[in-house]
Amino acid sequence: MLTLAASMPAAAQPLVSYEVVGDAIPQSLTGVPGDAARGRAIVASRQKGLCLLCHSGPIPEERFQGNLAPPLDGAGSRWSEGQLRLRLVDSKRLNPASIMPAYYKIDGLQRVGAAWQGKPVLSAEEIEDVIAYLKTLR
Amino acid sequence: MIRLLSLACCLVAALPVLAAEIKTRDRRSGFDFMTPSSQDMQRDDMLNPGMLWVLEGEALWQQQAANAPSCAGCHGDAKDSMRGAAARYPAFNDRLNRPINLQQRINLCRSENQQQPAFEPESRPLLALSAFIGAQSRGLPIAPPEDARLAPHLENGRQFFKTPMGQLGLSCAQCHDDNWGGRLAGAPIPQAHPTGYPIYRLEWQTLGSLQRRLRNCLTGIRAEPFDWDAPEMVELELYLMKRAAGMNIETPAVRP
Ligand code: HEC
Ligand code: HEC
Repeated sequence: MLTLAASMPAAAQPLVSYEVVGDAIPQSLTGVPGDAARGRAIVASRQKGLCLLCHSGPIPEERFQGNLAPPLDGAGSRWSEGQLRLRLVDSKRLNPASIMPAYYKIDGLQRVGAAWQGKPVLSAEEIEDVIAYLKTLR
Repeated sequence: MIRLLSLACCLVAALPVLAAEIKTRDRRSGFDFMTPSSQDMQRDDMLNPGMLWVLEGEALWQQQAANAPSCAGCHGDAKDSMRGAAARYPAFNDRLNRPINLQQRINLCRSENQQQPAFEPESRPLLALSAFIGAQSRGLPIAPPEDARLAPHLENGRQFFKTPMGQLGLSCAQCHDDNWGGRLAGAPIPQAHPTGYPIYRLEWQTLGSLQRRLRNCLTGIRAEPFDWDAPEMVELELYLMKRAAGMNIETPAVRP
């Protein structure tokens, strides 16, 4: 199945287009591997990744972690890189009722705050950094 | 198969997200999710910082406006006249032809019966009077008016509660109907019952209204908040009160 990101609001930066194959996005969004250390910092950050609001993970310096979602520990052995990528980019494609935000999507959203309009939660580079980190969680 | 992501998104957005409403017997006040020390702080009037606003509100209740009667001048002893008032707002206002919340009612009295400028949203005197009036309903069950004119507004509020919003695409219902009791980072997710407003929130270090709390949740999901007292906000308040009908008023509550 081929999917194109299309029909952005006028002011928005177009997103990189990607191809969904089964339940995965096999190709890197940037064409280059991400940086696991930067990815860890994004996952840990309450302003950036927000992951630990819902998930727990092996990031002991962040004391307050959520329990609304499966622990991130082991994510890298449960899922392939491509599966992780689709789960980050737009998990609602796999489960429409999911509470996990779509991290790389700007359309189909309502009442987005002025500061966030036309921007995905994470950039393509940041998505790849997070994937590089998740792959280390074996 | 080739299709546009935007189309897929529209289809997904059109699917109802099937959130089950909380059963009456499972309803819990935000109080029940707090630590024992915060609960003690709320229970004991000597420790509850919200009581400062209640006392200030009591003084304002008696205070005469320039060439106009005080609140007490028209309403007498609030213990009698305001008992249950906070439990039945938002209520339908004939002249405005829409529901208004308690703060808007206070401001209508200010402007119409006291010829004074309306209090600013979240201003100290408005919070103080709301806390004082709210405290007259302490222990009484939330009792939304049986008024058919409220029905379409209630329905709008319900829709709002269930609509995914903001950059994070979350609805109120996804957190408060589906995931209450879970932990969002360190914080337990309460059921979003407006039992204690205005509340003294430890994080704010001050008293704040229900709308201030709702704005926090909206900005948390990176949604654009509505203006203070926007019809949408009042409709949401109306739905929250209906959802909590029968639960006891705790004003002024303490919350983390
Ligand atoms: C608001 C809640 C929320 C946030 C924020 C969130 N997730 Fe999730 N995530 C979930 C839920 C719930 C699931 C379970 C599957 C589902 O419902 O889609 C999930 C599933 C996953 C999975 C698959 C888990 C497994 O092993 O089965 C991964 C990997 C993941 N999330 C990574 C992340 C990362 C990385 C971030 C931040 C960049 C993040 N999530 C942010 C709620 C969230
Ligand atoms: C991502 C999760 C999440 C979403 C979405 C959310 N809230 Fe909340 N809400 C919380 C949490 C957590 C609290 C507890 C206070 C805190 O720690 O911030 C809370 C507190 C509240 C309270 C206070 C309850 C009390 O006991 O005083 C109300 C009312 C409320 N939310 C209503 C709403 C409404 C209405 C919406 C939608 C516009 C909404 N929330 C969206 C997580 C959420």
